[in-house]
Amino acid sequence: MAKMQSSLRNMALSLTLISLGASAALGYVYEFTKGPIEISLLNKKLEAIRQVVPEFDNDPNADMFLLPTGEGDSLEVYPARKGEELVGYAIKSYTEKGFSGHIGLMVGFTPDGSIYNINVLEHRETPGLGTKLVPEGTPEKPEFKDQFRGKNPAEFPLKVKKDGGPVDAITAATISSRAFCDGVQRAYNTFEKGGLK
Amino acid sequence: MNQMKNFSKGFLKENPILVLVLGTCPTLATTSSALNGLGMGLATTFVLIGSNVFIALLKNVIPDKVRIPAFIIVIATFVTIVDLVMQAYVPSLYATLGIFIPLIVVNCIVLGRAEAFASKNSTWSSFVDGAGMGLGFTLALGVLGAVREILGSGSIMGYKFIEGDGILVFVLAPGAFIALGYMIAVTYRINKT
Repeated sequence: MAKMQSSLRNMALSLTLISLGASAALGYVYEFTKGPIEISLLNKKLEAIRQVVPEFDNDPNADMFLLPTGEGDSLEVYPARKGEELVGYAIKSYTEKGFSGHIGLMVGFTPDGSIYNINVLEHRETPGLGTKLVPEGTPEKPEFKDQFRGKNPAEFPLKVKKDGGPVDAITAATISSRAFCDGVQRAYNTFEKGGLK
Repeated sequence: MNQMKNFSKGFLKENPILVLVLGTCPTLATTSSALNGLGMGLATTFVLIGSNVFIALLKNVIPDKVRIPAFIIVIATFVTIVDLVMQAYVPSLYATLGIFIPLIVVNCIVLGRAEAFASKNSTWSSFVDGAGMGLGFTLALGVLGAVREILGSGSIMGYKFIEGDGILVFVLAPGAFIALGYMIAVTYRINKT
């Protein structure tokens, strides 16, 4: 077959046909992957919730409700129940004060307002420095996050030592540590204002 | 054309990263570990093969004057497919590579091979060219990722072999430039002999 001439008709025709083919292929792949993508996002969220509250047997995602932060927006609250008993709340919080902006956190509280555990959902902190927010420690070798476990922000001000608080900041990543505290504080404020206590 | 030669040129003689130095942005950004480098390399390989084959098939019905937009549509389609499939089936890899996957569209290697090779050669040669170039790219990214992971984090494929931290700079962007520079030098030496 000879090469197509670059006439207006040919150009419009071939671009239209190629675009049609491309959109048909994309539509098919989109339909095909839609289900798995939703499932994997949901699993990721449930996994994060599971890490920050005590063991539960309800579906926190179905029981999710929104609570206003008092700053003009709302946070997602996932209640965790075992049988009839309420064992904790996972609150999806955030901060914009990270070294590279947004950090997403899942903060778990027990019903009395103590922090059970915290999970970093998303961040863009500096590798090797700010990324130390993320790892889960062991009792022998605690990581940054572990100092918050079991603490109640009512008597444990969420401030790094440089700002006069009790929180041990990550070496060379004070801004990230401060932002982390800010995100947890936001979750706690919402928790308190929402009357969950 | 000798297909063996056509395939193997992507590894050393015309390696897209180490000799042609195309597509360095995703290279430097994603190779903080060996696994990330390999993942990015394989995603790019898939797009390269797909776009090369389709462009070689369509080369006669694409008028010369609109070939670039036509190529871009084909490439963008494959990239979006990779993006959706990765999001659905390998969410953990997608979480680290996520923002770089859409950037494969503007990766010079993909358009470069479409323009320089696939639009002039047969479908089969283009397939072989795409596979060779893609795997050469993957190899370069994998090695660069491994070097940076060993020096920077003291681990390989996520398995830690020394206690504590490595040389931090290798995890960051400057380390990527340093490691890539040495890799280019070594490749140049090998190619000269």
